[in-house]
Amino acid sequence: MGMTMTQKILAKHSGRDCVSVGDLLISQVDLILANDITGPPAIDEFNKIGKPVFDKNKIALVPDHFSPCKDIKSAEMCKHLRDFARQHEIKNYFEVGRMGIEHALLPDAGLIAPGEIIIGADSHTCTYGALNAMATGVGQTDVGAAMASGTTWFKVPKAIKVVLTGKKPRFVQGKDIILTIIGKIGVDGARYQSLEFCGEGISELTMADRFTICNMAIEAGGKNGIFPVDEKTIAFLQERGVTRSWQAVEPDADAEYDSVLNIVLDELVPVVAYPHLPENTHPAAESNNIIIDQSVIGSCTNGRLEDLAQAAEVLKGHKVHPHVRCIIIPATQEIYKKAMALGYIDIFIDAGAAVSTPTCGPCLGGYMGILAHGERAISTTNRNFRGRMGHVDSEVYLASPYTAAASAVMGHIADPGEVLK
Amino acid sequence: MSKVWRYGDHVDTDVIIPARYLNIADFKELSEHAMEDIDTSFAANVQPGDIMVAGRNFGCGSSREHAPIVLQQKGIKCIIADSFARIFYRNAINIGLPALEIGMEVEKIEAGDELTVDLAKGEINIVNKGITIHTNPLPEFVQKIADAGGLINFVKGAQ
Ligand code: SF4
Repeated sequence: MGMTMTQKILAKHSGRDCVSVGDLLISQVDLILANDITGPPAIDEFNKIGKPVFDKNKIALVPDHFSPCKDIKSAEMCKHLRDFARQHEIKNYFEVGRMGIEHALLPDAGLIAPGEIIIGADSHTCTYGALNAMATGVGQTDVGAAMASGTTWFKVPKAIKVVLTGKKPRFVQGKDIILTIIGKIGVDGARYQSLEFCGEGISELTMADRFTICNMAIEAGGKNGIFPVDEKTIAFLQERGVTRSWQAVEPDADAEYDSVLNIVLDELVPVVAYPHLPENTHPAAESNNIIIDQSVIGSCTNGRLEDLAQAAEVLKGHKVHPHVRCIIIPATQEIYKKAMALGYIDIFIDAGAAVSTPTCGPCLGGYMGILAHGERAISTTNRNFRGRMGHVDSEVYLASPYTAAASAVMGHIADPGEVLK
Repeated sequence: MSKVWRYGDHVDTDVIIPARYLNIADFKELSEHAMEDIDTSFAANVQPGDIMVAGRNFGCGSSREHAPIVLQQKGIKCIIADSFARIFYRNAINIGLPALEIGMEVEKIEAGDELTVDLAKGEINIVNKGITIHTNPLPEFVQKIADAGGLINFVKGAQ
């Protein structure tokens, strides 16, 4: 029986020629990630084992959630992470000022290559599947154990084959594609499964689109999402200085899929996921009656340079609506700098938006844009669960940077075409 | 006998423990906020040995292990659901909190029911209704982690 991309990577890292759905494996991992929330308890678990770290070059620690620290408690947690990184000479520790949101930062830092296994104590670790890696979120105990052993346990997942065809319309981007998929299959539609992308439509997608799509595989309940390698992937890896040897992984022709989902890109429109689940997808153009108080553009989902370019395209020569706070957060320092050089930051500030240093901040209701009782935000983040961005009676609508920026200008949820004629 | 705390589908990790409290490193203090966004009575009234019962996709969302940990801290003895989100299920196993996935059978269990659970046999008794639900025993590998008292002890033992 043939294997999917995910199954092949799992087999190779477990010393097996082949694996089948449901097999339990102990697999080698290539990179282990934790952040300022999950890192400290992972370190506490690691310390219980009483062994050195398995490889100080294969651990990445990123204080990004509440950092630059928002209060004394978060400062203590970041200090715990920092002290550990120094003590164990962790090479990939990213301090404030050199930091970025983990899932934008690690691929850009050249830490991810095709065929690798990455586990992270963060559910959006699945982002790296865009680079043909098998990447998945785990808990902090998993990370603590793996930092000592260099291995972790996996159950071999079933797969959904997502076939992309056609051409992407003007204002449709990765976010609209994945929200449409989640709208079709539901927030548990890919539970315990891998989303395996294929089809000629992939060539239409930028790497940023692919990162956004894989980022939200977890929002369909998926274990991971994974793309094959093409020339855009190779160009990205070269630009990011990935010189270690890697091997692209292709699915076998007779790989077994639990189901097949066909997505015709030409048919897609900009969409918005209404509260309180990412599956509540509606066309942005049909959501004009929804007045907003805040628009957030950033996060590991949509804080990349291409995302900021889209926001700038919309905001250029426009003003943020007087009743709206627009908060824009480049995902890494490098993206921030490039956005500055390209004039985007000027456009944002001239439009009346606030621009922040990289942080998760409002995405998880941490700080830098918390919602009050009854307030409503449109946001390029990935979760609109109850209370996610602040008060339990606030609301989050998920959308692309195009749509979030257009909504910031109009003061209500708007299709990008309303602003950019 | 255990009291049932009954919730619906897609109970996410942001309601099990809201992210705004995740700067609290002390799990006992943190657990006072468990479930508060959908049930303000839970943290104050849950008793050690109580059981949480829910619908589909319990624990979806974040990888935060704080979610099963605060429920364990509050004395929840096991969680029974139609289905679990993958990372939550994994985390529960790794910290030694039994999570039983029983599909549609879960609809037989209502708020206020009294349960006894025999994990070894995989049997759930709804005492007040005289109903017994049979579940699959844990996979052998997972049972080993449970027997070791969680993943950390399991890894320690493997050395
Ligand atoms: S930006 Fe949001 S979803 Fe992404 S890692 Fe940070 S908190 Fe998590």
